[in-house]
Formats: sequence, C-alpha cells, structure tokens
Amino acid sequence: MMSGIALVSDKGVLLNAAADDRNAPFTIRGLTVSYGQVPAVYSIDFTAPAGSLIGILGPNGAGKSTLLKAAMGIVPVVSGQVSFFGKPLKEARYQVAYVPQRASVDWDFPATVYDVVLMGLYPILGLLRRVSKADKAKVAESLAKVGMQDFADRQIGQLSGGQQQRVFLARALTQRADVFLLDEPFSGVDAATETAIISVLKILQLEGKTVIAVHHDLSTVSTYFDHLFLLNRKAVAYGSVTKVFTKDNLVTAYGGKLGAAQLDAIGL
Amino acid sequence: MGSEFVALGLTPILIAAFASMACALPGNFLVLRKQALIGDAISHVVLPGIVVAYLLTGKLSTWPMMIGAAGAAVTSVILIEMIKRLGQIEYGAAMGVVFTAMFAAGVLLLEQSDTSRVHLDVEHALFGNLETLIWLQSDGWASFLRFEDLAQLPPQFVRMFMVLLITSAFTYVFWRPLVLISFDEAYARTIGARATIIGFLLVVLATMAAVAAFDAVGSIIVIAMILCPPATARLLTNDIKTQVLLSLFLALSATLVGYITAGYLPLWLGFSNTLSAAGMIATVSGLLLAISAIYGRHRNRIT
Repeated sequence: MMSGIALVSDKGVLLNAAADDRNAPFTIRGLTVSYGQVPAVYSIDFTAPAGSLIGILGPNGAGKSTLLKAAMGIVPVVSGQVSFFGKPLKEARYQVAYVPQRASVDWDFPATVYDVVLMGLYPILGLLRRVSKADKAKVAESLAKVGMQDFADRQIGQLSGGQQQRVFLARALTQRADVFLLDEPFSGVDAATETAIISVLKILQLEGKTVIAVHHDLSTVSTYFDHLFLLNRKAVAYGSVTKVFTKDNLVTAYGGKLGAAQLDAIGL
Repeated sequence: MGSEFVALGLTPILIAAFASMACALPGNFLVLRKQALIGDAISHVVLPGIVVAYLLTGKLSTWPMMIGAAGAAVTSVILIEMIKRLGQIEYGAAMGVVFTAMFAAGVLLLEQSDTSRVHLDVEHALFGNLETLIWLQSDGWASFLRFEDLAQLPPQFVRMFMVLLITSAFTYVFWRPLVLISFDEAYARTIGARATIIGFLLVVLATMAAVAAFDAVGSIIVIAMILCPPATARLLTNDIKTQVLLSLFLALSATLVGYITAGYLPLWLGFSNTLSAAGMIATVSGLLLAISAIYGRHRNRIT
C-alpha cells in the first residue's frame, strides 16, 4: 500500500524500517481507527525521527485529529500498535505531551492560567503532594516561553483565542516531555500567537525533541516543518517537506477540494 | 435553645444539612461536567430497585430498600456509560433513555407483581419524612456527651453524617484529578489521571449521597442540592476551590433558612399549619440561584 512513497528523510534516515522502531521517539504500525462502521483512518505506518518537526496535513475529515487521539489513547484503536521510544504509551506517558484542540474544552471553567499550566505537573504532583517553589518556577518558566507570564492570575475565560492556545502549549511544556503531539495549534489564532508558537516548537526541535502538529495552512508548510505527513484516511505520502510537498501529492491527498489557484498561491 | 429544640428541631435540621452538603459537594463537578441531571436520573431509577428489594425480602425495611436502590442506581450509571460509548451519543441523551426505561420497568414490576399491599407514598418519595426524624431520648445539649443517648439518634443522622464524611474525603483526596477531568477529560487521560475511573467514582458517590438522602429527606432536596448551590457558587466566583466551599455554605444556609421558614413563617402569617421543610429548603436554594443569576459577579455565560 505504501509502495512508491518516499520514506527516506533528507538526512538519509530510513523511515519505514522496522529495525529503527526500537529507539524511535514515536512509531505507529498498521493503525486503524473507526467510528462505528466507518474507518476514520486505516493502515497507518509512521515513524518520527528524533529532532524532527513534522506537520500532518490533509483535508477536513481526513482523520488527522483522530490519528493523534488514537496515539494518545483517547479514542479506541481497532488494530495496530503505537509506541514511544519502543514502549507502549502506558510506560512512556511522562515522555509524551499532548496539546488538544482549543475548542475541545469549555473555557468558562473556574480556573486561572496558573491553574491550567500547573495541570501539566500532575504526573509528579499526584493526588496530594504540595506544590513546591520549584514547581511554581516550572509553571512560570513555561508561561514565559509562550509570552504569557503577565497573565498567570487571569481567569482563562477572559483570554483571547490565541492566548488560550498559548496556555495549552505552556501546559504541555511544563511536562518537559520528549515528544509533543499538537492538534491544530495554529487554528484560529492571531499572528503574534502563531509566531510565538512556531518559535517555541522550533526551539523544542533544536533541543532534540520530536514535535508533530496537525496543520491546515498550506502556505506555511515549507517554513514551519522539516517533515510532512499527508493523510486522507490512509497515508498519502510521508517524508521530508522538500520531497513530499509536491503538487501531485497534494492533489492526491485533497482530491478536488484543492483548486489550481490555491496551488499557484503556494508556488507549486 | 433548650432541650426541646435539641429533641425536636436539631436532628432534622442537621440531617437535612448533612444531606444538602453531601449532594452539593459532588454536584460541583457534575455541574461543571454538564451531568447535573444525574440527580433526576437517580430519583427515577431507584424505583425498580426498591420494588425488587421488596419482592425479594417481602417487607418494607430500610436496608434492603437502600441496597436495592443503590444497585439500581449503579446499574443505570453503567448502562448510561455503555450507551454513551457504544452509541457515540452525548451524556444527556443516554441518561434520558436509561432513566425513563428504568422508571418504566419499576412501574411495570409494581403493576405485574402482587405489591398491591405496598403503599408507595408519592409524598414520602418527594419530601421525605424530615420532621419525624426527632431525637426524643435527648434532654438537651448534654446528650451529645452521653453514649446511651447518642445510640438513640435517628439512624438517618448517622447515615447522612457518614455519607457527608465519605464525600468530603473523596473530594479532598481526588481533588486534582476531579478538576482535571472536569476541565479537559481528553488531556487528563493522556497524563495518567485515570479519567474513566474517577468519573465513574464521582457518579457513584453522588448516587450514594442521593440514595441515602432520599430515605431521609426525599428526592426534592437531592435534585435541588446537586444543582442549585454549585450553580449559585459558580456565578459568585471564578475560582473552583472557592466555588466548592461556597456551595457547602450555601447548602447549609438554604437548609437553615428553609427549615425555619417552613416551621415558623405560616405561624407568623397567622396560619395554623406548617409547610414542608424539605420543599421549603429546595425553594430557598432555588431562590438563591435566581438571585445570583441576576446579581452574580461572574454571570458572563451569555455571549
């Protein structure tokens, strides 16, 4: 099924070799997820090399969010395996941070920015451990990284959409994970937020972390990501952006939903 | 406040206060998780449980009925979860299906079996028998220090107090995961907060509080207290810890004001009879919600 798809990254790393799975930060093998009778995504194979910044792209309903949710154990999987550093999620939970879609929660919840970012420390705080000075410093550091240090005491419902998205990213940063899975982090945010978020992601990449983000803006793909995963219920293409971000691949992934004008606009 | 008050007034007030607070505590998270209707659901589903308990034991005694009611409630909670997951529908719809079906099953059981001798009192189910939960053996406050007098406390007193202790302990110990799953359940799952188990325990706890409270104070207080004090408190603060503490205070206040109003207001107005205390407590909690909905500082929901 995957024949003819470029699976070698531009660094020369073989991406589809089973032997590499053992130490790869994030691997998916034969993953199928379905809602009722309809498969949402099927037979997905995917390996994310360390230090990569990967965009997942595809039309609406392609299963991009579902893929991340299945990887994080939020939606049930029909078949296939997901592993992080060669271990199932259960054993690697603290090495993985997930940023859900901003619209998936009710922001009218009675909590402050500080409260939400502190949630990222739940794995070490557990049920009853007191919040220490060091914990508070971690929260402050994460907030500073996304430029929200002045908003710690603000009720989350009083933030703009972009600020809420940055709070979600800060919460994930507090986990100090090695793999970050982000669901539409650039969706409906202002330009300043978009810049803030992509610079945080690029810094994570420089630190050797693996970052995977669901994305929908074709015009920024080449500047944001080094790898691209094109998805439309099944894998269309995966590899370095320079190899995968082609007109043919995009037409295959998006079908008739992508006009010639849009392709022209991004220079393809 | 002498011995007459301790014998006749104090225990009903305290039992009602324990019941109100035990329901309001889990109610905070149920309201935030948009599951507040669970109080209504439980009040409907306990009927088949009570009928089955009666059919099995042949008598109308408290413990078998409470166990039957709790069994039916837990069964329905499991059914609601299953329908929600398997049918991929929202919680409210699954709840509606289950509680009407369970209530219908209860009525059917009642009609088809020889239970004509059973007097299922609608008024008891709604308003409980709060005014009869008196402590006749006591002779003033000193009775709280005498073991033989304490042993004569109404059983509902001890039961509701235990339930309040259990709900308080649960809320204290599981505070962090409760807040997490109420705000962002998907994320809670990814950081190992055991969202499914905590969510299930929350509903089981509310069920326990509700079933214990039905017997003591009737379903009206249960339905009102799961919803009104938490919703009122939410409109008065933007901090969840403050909200929960405030909801306890509001539940207690509604109980005191409601009980006293029911007992004395008609007399002051020149009538000779009194009002239902449970009904008045629920009314006061509703009035507090209405007032906060108009004047609350944080009523910014309508956009």
